[in-house]
Amino acid sequence: MMTQVTQASRQIHINVPLLTRVEGEGALDLTIMDNQISELKFRIFEPPRFFEKFVEGRDYQEVPDLVARICGLCPVAYQMSSVHAIESIFALEITPWIRTMRRLFYCGEWIESHCAHIHLLAAPDFLGYTNAPAMAKDYPVLVQRGVYLQQLGNKIIKLLGGRSVHPVGVRVGGFHRSPSVKEARELLAELEVALPLAEKLVTWATTLKVPEISQKFISVSTQHPSEYPMNEGRIVSNDGLDIAIADYEQHFREFQIPHSTALCSLMDEKPYLVGPLARVNLNWHLLPDVVRNTVNSTGIGISFPSQNMFDSIVVRAVEVYYAFYEAIRILKEYQATAAPFVPVEIKAGVGYGCTEAPRGLLWQRWEIDDTGHVVSAKIVPPTSQNQARIEQDLRETLEAMGLDKETDALRLRAETVIRNYDPCISCATHFLKFNVTRL
Amino acid sequence: MANLTGLAAKPKVAIHKFSSCDGCQLAFLNLGTKLLELMEWVDVANFVEAGIADPHAKVDIAFVEGSISTEAELAHIQQIREDSRFLIAMGACATAGGIQALRNVGKLQAWTESVYAKPEYISSLETATPLSKHVRVDLELWGCPINSYQVLATVRSFLYGVMPAQEHDKLCLECKRKNTVCVMVAKGLPCMGPVTHTGCGSICPGVGRDCYACYGPAENCNTPAFTQRLQQLGLDNQQIARRFLFINNATPTFAEAGKHAQENR
Repeated sequence: MMTQVTQASRQIHINVPLLTRVEGEGALDLTIMDNQISELKFRIFEPPRFFEKFVEGRDYQEVPDLVARICGLCPVAYQMSSVHAIESIFALEITPWIRTMRRLFYCGEWIESHCAHIHLLAAPDFLGYTNAPAMAKDYPVLVQRGVYLQQLGNKIIKLLGGRSVHPVGVRVGGFHRSPSVKEARELLAELEVALPLAEKLVTWATTLKVPEISQKFISVSTQHPSEYPMNEGRIVSNDGLDIAIADYEQHFREFQIPHSTALCSLMDEKPYLVGPLARVNLNWHLLPDVVRNTVNSTGIGISFPSQNMFDSIVVRAVEVYYAFYEAIRILKEYQATAAPFVPVEIKAGVGYGCTEAPRGLLWQRWEIDDTGHVVSAKIVPPTSQNQARIEQDLRETLEAMGLDKETDALRLRAETVIRNYDPCISCATHFLKFNVTRL
Repeated sequence: MANLTGLAAKPKVAIHKFSSCDGCQLAFLNLGTKLLELMEWVDVANFVEAGIADPHAKVDIAFVEGSISTEAELAHIQQIREDSRFLIAMGACATAGGIQALRNVGKLQAWTESVYAKPEYISSLETATPLSKHVRVDLELWGCPINSYQVLATVRSFLYGVMPAQEHDKLCLECKRKNTVCVMVAKGLPCMGPVTHTGCGSICPGVGRDCYACYGPAENCNTPAFTQRLQQLGLDNQQIARRFLFINNATPTFAEAGKHAQENR
């Protein structure tokens, strides 16, 4: 970190050249002049990897293995959005078994990703440490519980995918293999032991002292009529948006900014939020009573919808608890199947997939030709969608805090704000725009 | 072979990231309670994702994820080499350029222009290349992604003052040891096992599908004979080329076999 304060002109530069405890490489530049923010840049300089170009000409069967490589933390999300898009092109009807197993698979990724974020990335901010290993010395039980729950998320992914990073079990049409009842029961037993710990995680998260800052922002997530959203639904917002996923491009627009290799995104020309807080805000009523009661019974007055971004750590814990609850429900009823996938008949066309990655809405558009090869792909990851919102939040939060505060305090607050979004910067730069617009 | 004499009892370790998906760092972050144990064995000087940032620390061992794809990365890896006694490349990006090495045969400028409205803002080298193209690498851990076992085995070996033993056998041997039914023989699938480096635990045949070579080429591969076998299974030349030109497309063995298949029209 570099800071430079010139008292005479009251100019402060805060430069965090390498943001820690985020996934991938980003930085923050902030200049305050005469108690006003004159420059604020959340810079993403992760090198672009041109994913949407590699997939052109590839066979549709290669897609799940290919898109997994966009992100080590959320490969399931990339696989799920892509297989749904391609299945819609082929007019494929998946079985209830496949649908349910995809939900279980996603539970694993939410648990793994959220637990890593809560304990290894975010908690040190709230407990006054620079990193989790240092925090673990004073809070061994907390960190051990966190990594233990994280491991169980990985085990769920492993059950269906063989391994937790870049799992190999997914194919267009379903899964390669149906786990045995014995494997499912063994995992169920472990999850049942862990469920009370996941509940305690929620209670613990609500005890953290977080700033009380309410901001106006738009929450966007998918929504399903009867279940908390993961794999399907319409795209909704708290200011009245309610569209089919195929209509995404009519409302959402990406554009390039000089200080970032990720594209920025606006909804009807406004910044917006995707991710766990947006999901909870829009779908609180779809969480089971047992999960909602855990939050309500803490008596700390937290309620949803919430316009305080610092509640993000609480909602991640809520989603971890819910994912344990849901995975247990699914595994209790588990039966093996002789048909873990449905056969595919190739058709040409365009299809859309939109699922809830741990960090929020992950929208994809795929075009396939009549030989089953990819013509083009468009992938809009959550972090590039949150980028405009992050800059807006930084500005508002720092101004509300008071720009005359100590530089170190401003820097820490700014970093905490960024981590509230759990930015996955590796993902963000894999977005590639296809229609060239010269501005 | 690197000389490990005089390595500190609690060596100083750095974990760095270049162009990649972050998945190989997860071999550390996914260790569970063993992660806390590992932190007792070694002194972690740089691990940005875990909140420990000192990118220019002088260390005993540097674990490096990712390929080199920008000028800044090139300068940084050279700096890391100078700052580190042992440099370990982890994962397909660091050992072979990774999936993004597919751009090495593409037209980067055209891609950047078709992708970004303002290509002048994007700074990128023509190629995405392995660390060994630019600096001396003491040890390569192959795989996309590498797993926690590889990381722990490596650290343990260093603590005992020896270089870790590495197998370079074909994946097929792993299936035989685990009694996994051969998916090529039983189902006629174009499994890459006969030419792929062992180490993953043969998870693809384990879920009943064909291996797609994410651990890279094994030693002494007979790719011409394997290509013939894929032809017998009914794959055309373009399909065969894509089998080789995937996650580890830029390894010399696979690049050559892929090119050969492409020209075999």
